Amino acid sequence: MTILTLIFLLPLLAAIALAFVPRNFAVVMRAVAVGVTFATMLLGILMFWQFNGAAADASGYKFVSTIPWLGAESLGIVCKLGVDGLNVGLVLMGAIVAFAAACCSFEIKSREKEFYILLLTMTGGILGAFMSLDLFFFYFFHELALVPTFIMIGVWGRGERKNFATFQITIYLSIGALLALIGLIALYLQLPADVRTFDIPTLTKYFTENPMTVSAQKFIFPLLLLGFGILVSLWPFHSWAALGYGSAPSATAMLHAGVLKKFGLYGLIRIAIPFAPEVARAHLQLIAWLALGNLLYVGWVAMKQKNLNLLIGNSSVAHMGMIFLGIASLNLIGVTGAVVIMIAHGFLAALTFGLSGYIYNQTGTLEMNELGGLAKKLRFVGVAFVMAAMAGCGLPGFLNFVGEVSVFFGAWQVPALRLVTVLAVWGALIIGAVYMLRAVRAALHGDMPEKWANLSDVNLWRQLPYALLIASLLVFGFFPRLLTDKIKPVTEQIVNMATVKPATPVTPAAVVMVESK
Amino acid sequence: MNLSLMSLEISVVALGIVVLLADLWLPVQRKRALGYFAAAALGLLFLNSFTGNCSCASVGEAFGGMFIQDGLAVFFKRLFLLAGALVLILAVEFSDRIAAGISEYYSLIVFALAGMLFAASSNDFAMLFVSIEFITITFYVLTSFTRSKVAALEAGVKYLILGALSSAFMIYGIALVWGTTGKFNFSELAAVSANFATNKLFLFGVLFILVGLGFKIAAFPFQMWTPDVYQGAPTPTTAFLAIGSKAAGFVLLLRFLFGAIPEVTAQWTNLLIVISAITILYGNLCALPQRNLKRLLGYSSIAHAGYLLLGVAAMSTLGVNAATGGSAVLYYLGGYLFTTIAAFLVIALVLRHVESEDVAGLAGLQQRSPLLAATMTLAMVSLAGIPPLAGFFGKFLLLKAVIEQGATNGGFYCLAFVALAGVIISFFYYFSVIRAIYWSKETPVITPIVMSRPIQFAVWLTIAGMLYLGLFPDAVLKLTSEAVAVLK
Repeated sequence: MTILTLIFLLPLLAAIALAFVPRNFAVVMRAVAVGVTFATMLLGILMFWQFNGAAADASGYKFVSTIPWLGAESLGIVCKLGVDGLNVGLVLMGAIVAFAAACCSFEIKSREKEFYILLLTMTGGILGAFMSLDLFFFYFFHELALVPTFIMIGVWGRGERKNFATFQITIYLSIGALLALIGLIALYLQLPADVRTFDIPTLTKYFTENPMTVSAQKFIFPLLLLGFGILVSLWPFHSWAALGYGSAPSATAMLHAGVLKKFGLYGLIRIAIPFAPEVARAHLQLIAWLALGNLLYVGWVAMKQKNLNLLIGNSSVAHMGMIFLGIASLNLIGVTGAVVIMIAHGFLAALTFGLSGYIYNQTGTLEMNELGGLAKKLRFVGVAFVMAAMAGCGLPGFLNFVGEVSVFFGAWQVPALRLVTVLAVWGALIIGAVYMLRAVRAALHGDMPEKWANLSDVNLWRQLPYALLIASLLVFGFFPRLLTDKIKPVTEQIVNMATVKPATPVTPAAVVMVESK
Repeated sequence: MNLSLMSLEISVVALGIVVLLADLWLPVQRKRALGYFAAAALGLLFLNSFTGNCSCASVGEAFGGMFIQDGLAVFFKRLFLLAGALVLILAVEFSDRIAAGISEYYSLIVFALAGMLFAASSNDFAMLFVSIEFITITFYVLTSFTRSKVAALEAGVKYLILGALSSAFMIYGIALVWGTTGKFNFSELAAVSANFATNKLFLFGVLFILVGLGFKIAAFPFQMWTPDVYQGAPTPTTAFLAIGSKAAGFVLLLRFLFGAIPEVTAQWTNLLIVISAITILYGNLCALPQRNLKRLLGYSSIAHAGYLLLGVAAMSTLGVNAATGGSAVLYYLGGYLFTTIAAFLVIALVLRHVESEDVAGLAGLQQRSPLLAATMTLAMVSLAGIPPLAGFFGKFLLLKAVIEQGATNGGFYCLAFVALAGVIISFFYYFSVIRAIYWSKETPVITPIVMSRPIQFAVWLTIAGMLYLGLFPDAVLKLTSEAVAVLK
């Protein structure tokens, strides 16, 4: 039992164990959930700490382990786990956010048993998806985490439009996931029948040596882009996100917006772009302009919001644009920056949704015209919220700054993307600052309505998750090389795979396409 | 003649007769337990089929090639035995709702099972027709067994009329095929069928036979009877109809399409694609507004017939790796066995005192029996095709097979997207069942549900089956690919 197996099996086993605890022991459920996610987080930190010293296998993955009793070897499905620089940070972030989410689940007062079972399943699924080195299990674990999301929003969600939100998020994300599944199966079928496998390192090796035909790429890449794009709320497939997160219980929003959503981006970087490089390159412009849609259009929508949670939800969608822009730049700095933002945004989204959840729990509303002056009563929450807002605007010192600045540098290096980059900088820095600061002013500053006079601030124990998330943002913000040194070698390899022309001659269509660029 | 090959069928028929005879001497209060005896006997036969001293261990033909024992037959026989044993346990649970003649009910189930076993081995039009009639006629009785209920009688009559019609089509088709080719045996027909690939009469015959088989598997446009019969029939009958009768239809379909007329099948790939697509959409769309649980499962069973046809369509290209389609069909049926039986077990137990089997009747199940609530949830999740359950892996295999054939025929890509649309539509009605279990508004009856030991065993077995096929597919995959290897 290696460290990676433990990290993802612990929450899943705990979820199974909870099924056998009688439902009146709500305290036990809570204690188990918090305890197990805490252990998972410690293991995650330990893994991150040991990462540099650990021995890598031939394809550069560390801590590789297989779970022999899972999967179907005859189809080339093996549950194989491993981390390299690309996902080690994501796994760590997922483990930290999962602990924070479990801590923030105080608000759940009904059906605790089901809630914590689902929360732990989701945690296990998320961590499994990011660690999986097998395409089948990559999808499998994602789906395992996705379904609890729908149920949690439908049952423990809030707001009048909860049912519609559940409906919408279920449809959108199921379509996205299934489209991606078709793409992944088609990818797998590109291999000759006798060597077919879902093993990512083997696939990488195979497609480096025998590049996929352009006609196959033309079928597979758009499917993956669309499927993953819907999962990441790429504009114009973003409309599920803000409402869905606005209606979700805080823990669900934290885990989904923070971690699970990054699955699509991770899939694009790890699979779609390096395996289908020619067609991917042809789509970069498109991705960049869609990313601009996220930054400008969704940013503008965020500015118009009257509800704090919808604003945060929209801002989280807007931030995805930055990551897409980094991916579209397809150079070392840009993609590395994108991965850094993925991690930074995970902490940030978890922090903001956790805080707004606390405010909602205290006030029963998140309409900004009803709030105001809350910082007078909720001192810790106020300070934490201002810090989150600053991180969201990209203030140096927070990890977000590192990522955004790298993405802009990376995108600027691509002449074709200059216009998009300029617009994106405006969108990110000006629009982002406007709505974030407005939210801070409306909710935290100004006169406090009478009715909020008896609010109470978070007690010391409950400050822990927020402090932890802020600390993560700051630590990595001040020492970004903890992440970038790990990410860089992998992104370099991926960028090389995606940009170096294949050694074997490509079909005429591909040549025309490359030249017309 | 090689009777030893048929020892399994003979034992099952004998079991049915023993159950009938036992009825004569057993005191009334003990007749109910007769079902457990029959279920245990079938369970033993199932276990025995994995040992060497069973007819399943040998391969060969009997009765001049009418009866064939091969990997495919053995796979389906195991499936049927397991289904029969579980349905009998369910029937015992249901027996207090059957006014009279419970032993006849048990023995009819056993006889229907015998028909399915013969169907798995038929390699000849006579066997095909006889085994189909054997199954269908017993089901006419089984469907209207609760004869005091009007709905059951209606279901029985509908099934009878449409069943008779489809049998007529089939026998006419057989006559045409025999008239043009002069062959009755599938293996002999396979040798010459390519010569008749353009013969109109022959093709009409084939089409008519497919009508009859389409009726059994409830594929569009022969699905009309399904919702009414599922709703009206006693729950154990419905369960057996859903898995046993459908699987029998599929084994005959596979044998006929790929064992007898492979070249003709290859011409009709597009037809299969279209039928599969319409069946999926029809079943899923019609299931959306249903409130009666059995009716909903009836429509869902049409949709699943469509999913299963995905694999048949993929296999019909006879191209490279086309056999994976057939293997996926078998795997999917295996998962479908546990899933449907689980759902009908819950329906029979929970909706005991409710006249209409409305979805709302599941309200409060969570408090009444957490185990049954979990079972129903797992069954719905598996039918919807969500990891980590059997339904997901089955759908994954089917989709893989279909996309794999996309290179030969672009229609398969469209079919894959139709299947996706079907899956997404199905989320709504499956989740509405789950919602009724956990989050219904009305304050329900909260009487705990008492379960007997055998029922508990059956429930746990179905749960284990769903999880096993979802998580550890390798062993069964090996069986299924060996089974379809016999079809060339």
